Amino acid sequence: MKNLVILGAGTSGTMMANHLVHKLPKDQWKITIVDQYKKHYYQPGFLFLPFDIYKTKDVIKKGKKFIPKGVRYINQKIEEIKADKNQVQLEHENLDYDILIIATGTKIAPEEIEGMKGDLWHKDIFDFYTFEGAKALRNKLREWEGGKLVVHITEMPIKCPVAPLEFAFLADSYFTNKGIRDKVEIEFVTPLDGAFTKPKATKALHYLLEEKGIKEVTDFNIERIDNENKKMIDYSGKEVDFDLLVTVPTNLGDAVIERSGLGDDMNFVPTNKGTLQTKAHKNIFAIGDATNLPASKAGSVAHFEAEILTDNILRYIDGKELKDKFDGHANCFIETGHGKALLIDFNYTTEPVEGTFPFPGIGPLNLLKESRMNHLGKMAFRWIYWNMLIKGIHIPFVSATMSKKGKKLEEVNN
Amino acid sequence: MEKTIGNKTIDVNDQGYLTDFSQWDKEVATELAKEKGIDLTDKHWEVIEYLQNKHKNEEALSIRGIKKSGVINIKEFYNLFPGGPLKVSTLIAGIPKPKSCI
Repeated sequence: MKNLVILGAGTSGTMMANHLVHKLPKDQWKITIVDQYKKHYYQPGFLFLPFDIYKTKDVIKKGKKFIPKGVRYINQKIEEIKADKNQVQLEHENLDYDILIIATGTKIAPEEIEGMKGDLWHKDIFDFYTFEGAKALRNKLREWEGGKLVVHITEMPIKCPVAPLEFAFLADSYFTNKGIRDKVEIEFVTPLDGAFTKPKATKALHYLLEEKGIKEVTDFNIERIDNENKKMIDYSGKEVDFDLLVTVPTNLGDAVIERSGLGDDMNFVPTNKGTLQTKAHKNIFAIGDATNLPASKAGSVAHFEAEILTDNILRYIDGKELKDKFDGHANCFIETGHGKALLIDFNYTTEPVEGTFPFPGIGPLNLLKESRMNHLGKMAFRWIYWNMLIKGIHIPFVSATMSKKGKKLEEVNN
Repeated sequence: MEKTIGNKTIDVNDQGYLTDFSQWDKEVATELAKEKGIDLTDKHWEVIEYLQNKHKNEEALSIRGIKKSGVINIKEFYNLFPGGPLKVSTLIAGIPKPKSCI
């Protein structure tokens, strides 16, 4: 018997287990998946939890429910990947592997910035990239009477790059509905040179910030937070004060990657961007947020990667050349508040475009335009996630590589 | 769009970033830097080389990467490339500006 081991039972790992269990001959391959946690979170839901749009039960389920029969599921901490021995050392046992898939994701690291995880953490400074952070923020917002809300990105890359912007839009909507929008100032602070950084998107979407009265502070590279005076200070000495700070802390790959010496300077695994094979080891593959691919760290990207990685693993087993096929395809709904949303579709080389999705010329979803239908799409996605996506069921009409039909295309001008 | 710089013609996007890295050379960099009011020193070149290597290996650029690079500390980076240091340094290095997904 040969062994295929998947590290991480989040979105990517669970999808891979579901794909591979149907593809690998059961009499030849044993599939094992490892995750130290027993819960599976619907991470896109963390955006809605603070605003009481989702309840906690909407975003958590038992991980076991999604691991297919025939796959061994181990809840143990991963101590180290010993690539030279083809072995993974867990808390209580060692696993040998013939093929390893790293799907250990990315985590927030607020301790990277001086003063971020200080006295005000989860009191006046919050993240919403963890269940605990999103829930604590919900409780805070329920009782907050107004002041200056700062929505902040610490540094790139981050998981779901548009989530902070969506948070600012939803906050505008939330405070309006609460009747206290006039008591709240919203500021969006980014290390990049704008809330939108691609020219087409900036042109199509910048009006949203103006319309919602959200102020932009750009090129802000935070050095530290002064808890006493409630302000952020950047490397050039610029200051931003806040009453309530919602930040996306530094995102790092899992510490096990660092312990195993398999990561770059942010613990992401150097991975071939077309084949998903890691650059250092032929029998180790990586998927999703754990990789260093220049694609968005998002579930949709992982979903498209999973289809291609499944193919490539089968090719690897058969001794065939891997397909250099992944094109960085991402497809994301962006909540803009007040019951509307945008949809964007792009890849490594193509900017988010205008057009319709998934049917060329028909839709029903509009790319790069706000609509109520797009919002309904985003809301429906939670069902799709739990019932189709992580179970590895192909989503009809949505292909792993980006379709160019029905879209106004423009190549990215690098 | 085309841009004449020194005695060369280069292709740049609407924000002034080179669209074809093969057109980059030290002379182009020196002229681009001048437009930003920067005289390039040995330290600048060291940073530029670091950035170009990261780009070639398709690794994302970040302030943290700079911090961990061992090439320069952040304060120095700000002093060398005033304004937005990553934005300015990548322009001079002839590589794309770091960006988000939209």
